[in-house]
Amino acid sequence: MAKKKVILTFPPALIEEPVTYNLIKNYDCKINILKATVRPKEKGRLVIELNGSREAVSKGLGYLKQIGVQVEPLAQEVRYLKERCSHCSACIPHCPTEALSIDREDMRVTFRGERCIICEACLPVCAYKAMEIKF
Amino acid sequence: MSKTIAEINEKLKKGKAVVVTAEEIIELTRKKGIKKVAQEVDVVTTGTFSPMCSSGAYLNVKQPQQKMKMGGGRATLNGVPVYTGFAAADIYIGAAALPDDDPRNAVYPGQFLYGGAQVIEELVAGKKVVLTATAYGTDCYPLKKRETVLTLKELNDAVLFNPRNGYQNYNVAVNLSDKVIYTYMGVLRPRMGNANYCSAGQLSPLLNDPIYRTIGLGTKIFLGGGIGYVCWHGTQHNPSVLRGENKVPRGPAGTLAVIGDLKGMSAQWLRGVSFTGYGTTLAVSIGVPIPILDEEMAAFTSVRDEDLWTKIIDYSHDYPQGTGKILGEVNYAELKSGKMIFKKKEIPTGGLSSYLKAREVAETLKKWLLKGNFLLTEPVAPLPGV
Repeated sequence: MAKKKVILTFPPALIEEPVTYNLIKNYDCKINILKATVRPKEKGRLVIELNGSREAVSKGLGYLKQIGVQVEPLAQEVRYLKERCSHCSACIPHCPTEALSIDREDMRVTFRGERCIICEACLPVCAYKAMEIKF
Repeated sequence: MSKTIAEINEKLKKGKAVVVTAEEIIELTRKKGIKKVAQEVDVVTTGTFSPMCSSGAYLNVKQPQQKMKMGGGRATLNGVPVYTGFAAADIYIGAAALPDDDPRNAVYPGQFLYGGAQVIEELVAGKKVVLTATAYGTDCYPLKKRETVLTLKELNDAVLFNPRNGYQNYNVAVNLSDKVIYTYMGVLRPRMGNANYCSAGQLSPLLNDPIYRTIGLGTKIFLGGGIGYVCWHGTQHNPSVLRGENKVPRGPAGTLAVIGDLKGMSAQWLRGVSFTGYGTTLAVSIGVPIPILDEEMAAFTSVRDEDLWTKIIDYSHDYPQGTGKILGEVNYAELKSGKMIFKKKEIPTGGLSSYLKAREVAETLKKWLLKGNFLLTEPVAPLPGV
């Protein structure tokens, strides 16, 4: 499964193209519209999240580029708010890459951002809201 | 050979008492043996920092010039309903209280980001909180509506009063179903994807005084960064749980009702927390000093994580449906290692209670005792016993 957040910029000529409909119907992608700006005779902008199999998302993005939509990835990161963390270790079993890890002697949790793949599994788990996503 | 609390207090006043944490005593006992430790050590400090849902505070709000009777009316603090069953100016804010119709809770599982616990944390942190109230209106209390901003300082009284805290042991939760579930024991992944536990183990207050010899009504404690007292047994206090040879219960047993002045507490030690799909609760820090009266107390406080056992329970079906089924048992050393071997599976474990902070509480209480201005109290009545 793949999840990708992208910024789509449409030249005026493509404003009428039913892009989200096509992505869902023809490319089997779930679409979450995060932001949409459409003004007459100007460039349209859509910030969407595509959700689907790796193949579906890849083909969907390919379709967009092919018809002339400008596609840019949305930069995002997961942030660890150290001052909020209670070091309870509830997050540890959920992190697939050990970006969140705990020293078993000290019982202190640390976060290594370079290991984080932004899977977002930790977000609903942390009761102290020490993990947040920024984009 | 035995000591009394009065003798130990004399030593504390003179700065001559030997105080160690419930973790430090383990190594001391291993080196010197119970007999020597019982002679040499005067007090063991215990600690815990964990979500404790049955918590809240009662507040007395200053009357406006034209008086109002909140009792019997309705009131909210920052949109969170408070209990208005006490007279004119006393309200109770519970940790689990939630605003009506919070859109963030509307769709399963619900975020539950804001509730009574968050209001309590904000009050303790000195933040401004909005009180709105409506009242019946009487001849003596004519005001029917009020909205005002207040802070902790402006309250006449602010008392943390928690009906059930400091659980003596607790379950380990797993999820046998095929779907992720959201519980008060945290997010549980399907097919035993993780196992969550909630106890400070060898540092935990009641696990270091398993038959309640020294902890009772009136025991003076570290509570939320300030001073508190045990004021009753907590709700659901159950001394009759099956105990091991070391007399420690092998499942959830005793509990404490605790009370203290909220104005003396600190927001780093009283945190509003938010369990996705479950609700809000208060993470409370409690530290209890245990007098080493004799060899039995030295033995009790030397308990180690590997000697502390608890039950594994399925929270997808057995717990909610009350089947009473216990899947197995595990000890806290294994739980804290990060992996539990169960039914031939290696299951990653997650804690809800912060051992790091429990250590800090025990260390802080130790410092207070060594300074000589925190003395032990004799319980005025015991907790209901075994």
